[in-house]
Amino acid sequence: MNNLNTKELKDVVIRFSGDSGDGMQLTGTLFSNTSALVGNGISTFPDYPAEIRAPQGTVAGVSGFQVHFGSGKVTNPGDYCDVLVAMNPAALKANRKWLKPDATIIIDGDSITEEHIRKAGYATLDPIAELGLENYNVIIPDITSMTRAAMADMGLDNKTVVKCKNMFALGICFYMYNRSEEYAKRYLDAKFARKNPAVAEANKRAIDAGYNYAANTHQFANTYKVAPAHLEKGTYRSINGNVATAWGFCAAAEKAGLPLFCGSYPITPATVILEELAKRKDLGVKTVQAEDEIAGICTAIGAAYAGNFAVTTTSGPGLSLKSEAIGLAVMGELPLVIVDVQRGGPSTGLPTKTEQSDLMQALYGRNGECPVVVIAASSPSDCFHYAFMAGKIALEHMTPVILLTDGFIANGSEPWRIPAMEEYPAIIPPIVDKAPEEGEFMPYKRDEKMVRGWAFPGKKGLEHRIGGLEKDHLKGSISYDPANHQEMVLTRAAKVARVADELPAPVVDGAADADLLVVGWGGTRGHLQTAVDDLKAEGKSIAHLHLNYIYPLPKGIRGLLEGHKRIVVCELNEGQMASYLRQNFREFEFEQYNKCEGQPFTVAELKEKFVSLL
Amino acid sequence: MADYKYTPADFKSDQMVKWCPGCGDHAILNAVQRAMPEVADALDVPHNRFTFVSGIGCSSRFIYYMKTFGFHTIHGRASAVATGIKVANPDLCVWVCTGDGDSLAIGGNHFIHAIRRNIDLNVILFNNEIYGLTKGQYSPTTKLGKITKTSPYGTVEKPFNPGELVIGAKGTFFARTIDMEVALTKDCLVAAAKHKGMAVVEALVNCVIFNDKTHADFAGDRATRAERTITLRHGEKMLFGAGNNKGLVFENMRLKVVTIGEDGYTIDDVLTHDAHTKDTTLHSMLAAMKYPDYPVAVGVIRDVADDNVYDVKVAEQVEQVKATSKIRCVDDLLRSGETWTI
Repeated sequence: MNNLNTKELKDVVIRFSGDSGDGMQLTGTLFSNTSALVGNGISTFPDYPAEIRAPQGTVAGVSGFQVHFGSGKVTNPGDYCDVLVAMNPAALKANRKWLKPDATIIIDGDSITEEHIRKAGYATLDPIAELGLENYNVIIPDITSMTRAAMADMGLDNKTVVKCKNMFALGICFYMYNRSEEYAKRYLDAKFARKNPAVAEANKRAIDAGYNYAANTHQFANTYKVAPAHLEKGTYRSINGNVATAWGFCAAAEKAGLPLFCGSYPITPATVILEELAKRKDLGVKTVQAEDEIAGICTAIGAAYAGNFAVTTTSGPGLSLKSEAIGLAVMGELPLVIVDVQRGGPSTGLPTKTEQSDLMQALYGRNGECPVVVIAASSPSDCFHYAFMAGKIALEHMTPVILLTDGFIANGSEPWRIPAMEEYPAIIPPIVDKAPEEGEFMPYKRDEKMVRGWAFPGKKGLEHRIGGLEKDHLKGSISYDPANHQEMVLTRAAKVARVADELPAPVVDGAADADLLVVGWGGTRGHLQTAVDDLKAEGKSIAHLHLNYIYPLPKGIRGLLEGHKRIVVCELNEGQMASYLRQNFREFEFEQYNKCEGQPFTVAELKEKFVSLL
Repeated sequence: MADYKYTPADFKSDQMVKWCPGCGDHAILNAVQRAMPEVADALDVPHNRFTFVSGIGCSSRFIYYMKTFGFHTIHGRASAVATGIKVANPDLCVWVCTGDGDSLAIGGNHFIHAIRRNIDLNVILFNNEIYGLTKGQYSPTTKLGKITKTSPYGTVEKPFNPGELVIGAKGTFFARTIDMEVALTKDCLVAAAKHKGMAVVEALVNCVIFNDKTHADFAGDRATRAERTITLRHGEKMLFGAGNNKGLVFENMRLKVVTIGEDGYTIDDVLTHDAHTKDTTLHSMLAAMKYPDYPVAVGVIRDVADDNVYDVKVAEQVEQVKATSKIRCVDDLLRSGETWTI
């Protein structure tokens, strides 16, 4: 760490890339966690193919993990990288477009063979020249053979040895950015030491070998330092969006004093929520891995009927399958949270890539007049907050709530100041415990917020029947009466609309009369905020409004839309939020900026667009 | 023990029963309302823990006629919803009312997986071999060649036999009854309730409007039933016919109908019913018996003890993990693993 040529940097983006089996997700995670422990601001973005092991050496099989760390708050994983680690020519080719003009490229020299070059689909045998990288800082260490040499005396098989080469690359990066190897080594010990100590040792040796190689060669004349960020005081941890969502539900269940139930079916990129909740038996969580998406939500509806805080988790195609059952929860007026971790669509679409194209489905994708609350989280860590709020609203208003996240924030991670549960509000569901002293229990009788009582099986004297047929407005028995149906349609709508009474007032980040108002929702917050902040710093008249509560909309949005010359709605779809806003606020002109590439916005493209509108 | 003896009236709701006059479902409702006080007694379950869940179809209206907790869900999904209810609160006595279309067509997946998990649900499968509520289309149990509204030239698809399906999926309990046999139905329901794990009771019911007399060949009247059905009871000889003069024997790897005293067969040759054996072979053969080759088997065909009951295991695992984990509340969880302080 006493390198004389250490330069101080504000922020750095590293992209680790290789074959799907090369361990790039682990490498990136270890680097980002190490940096988080130093106190940097962090944002990460895994970018991987749907196939578990796509054909080796091909561009289709390239898996990437981008880490953005800085000495300030980092709100997005960065558009372009300062360092690209490429484990083979395919990884280099796939990520060429993400290089900053002065980027450093580290590519495994052992991988530059005719076979690999051919597999990656190059026209020539010189990838560096073909990609026009002659003027970049290209470093070509023989990573595989140096890794092999480092553990020559260990008597390990070739497969195990080669698998450690990602740790060699990690060692190089640790040297370049003056990072301690301690955390990574501790992690490897915890992961392998008991089951296979030789593997732990080999991986640790590879880190050392990479570190020492970088220290000894003149190719790394400079090393860099990124100072800790001045973050709010507190205890921090790194968290990704899916785990934060799972924990937010645990928190809501605890505050409500109810057991948490998750009925779900594995689907990318939502599965980690179910996996995490399956671990949380320590908090009394019950999970059912159902036989299909429909059974996932139906078991959750059953659990809600029986008095649990019930959730179901899915992604777009699963939301399609759950539509009918959401209607049942609306009709039964049961508390339920449905998480949709959005991915590229339609159909199977792009399972591992991000998009925001399920908004209309969440709002309207059911038969009949079928209102549900729709909320969107906007960063990996605020998934906790919005999962909690989804639970609070569902339980206190006896309604299904759809929580939208997306593949980008679900897989991305960032440091999170750990909240204390006492900072969170109480959750008080309208549970009915006692039978009325006179007359029979009326399951559809409402309180002043139009919420019905929740009397679940087991409660004495409260036996009643509910179901998907239209209900009598008080008794809950089947009713075909025309006036009753009209009343119930209006009542269900009004009940959900009243949720707006309790929503926090939205705020605009920037001047109320800024020339350009940028409107976004959900997982694009980090990129939009950085682009707007950058332009504000350049003196541009620009402001940002970001929506998390989508249906019902919070009160006061109209006032925030007034007073701007132009309004542009930015979203990773073809204009779903823009249409929704036009429907709600007809007097404004909403321009659009849309993208459906399965990738997040880049700050650069956003700035370019905003400048053109100013 | 329960502090109060229930009567059938305690399970009758105030809703008018709207099935067609002559529909077999009336008799099942009658048997269920008679069985529930006995179940409450036998299992020591108070009235407020009875929960009836149904899907869609004529039989799924059942829950409105029971004065218990009831949830009329959506087509095919009753056993999935019931699974959630039972896992959420294993103390409940959960009953599923479903039809042949509801559980074997649109809900086939949920049905077999509930059996596979051996969750402690009691399922009454009303089999009238037709879609009644949608007015007369063929179902997964409709006989091959049957002319219905959607098979004007006769069906070209073979039916499921629910018993074979349940036993094939290693179900731990299967019983069959006939709408008119109210006492038998009641006995099957009580046995199902006592069984720990998934219990399926197939009720052969007549649809007087769209599939009249579909079971009449063997179930039409009392005399016919005596000759053409066999009531199986664990530990008893498999006898049937007027005066119990006929029996089932096992010969050349097949079941065979014999008359006692003819062709050298004596009562000793007749099989004794073992509902408790884990082996599915004979249970499956018994469930598959069809008139006119065989009598149709009714009563409890299979009732196998199996400790792996899903809702029990889920609850046990939660308790085991809770007992040893250091994480006892959300604050613990949030601070678990790698953290740092600024």
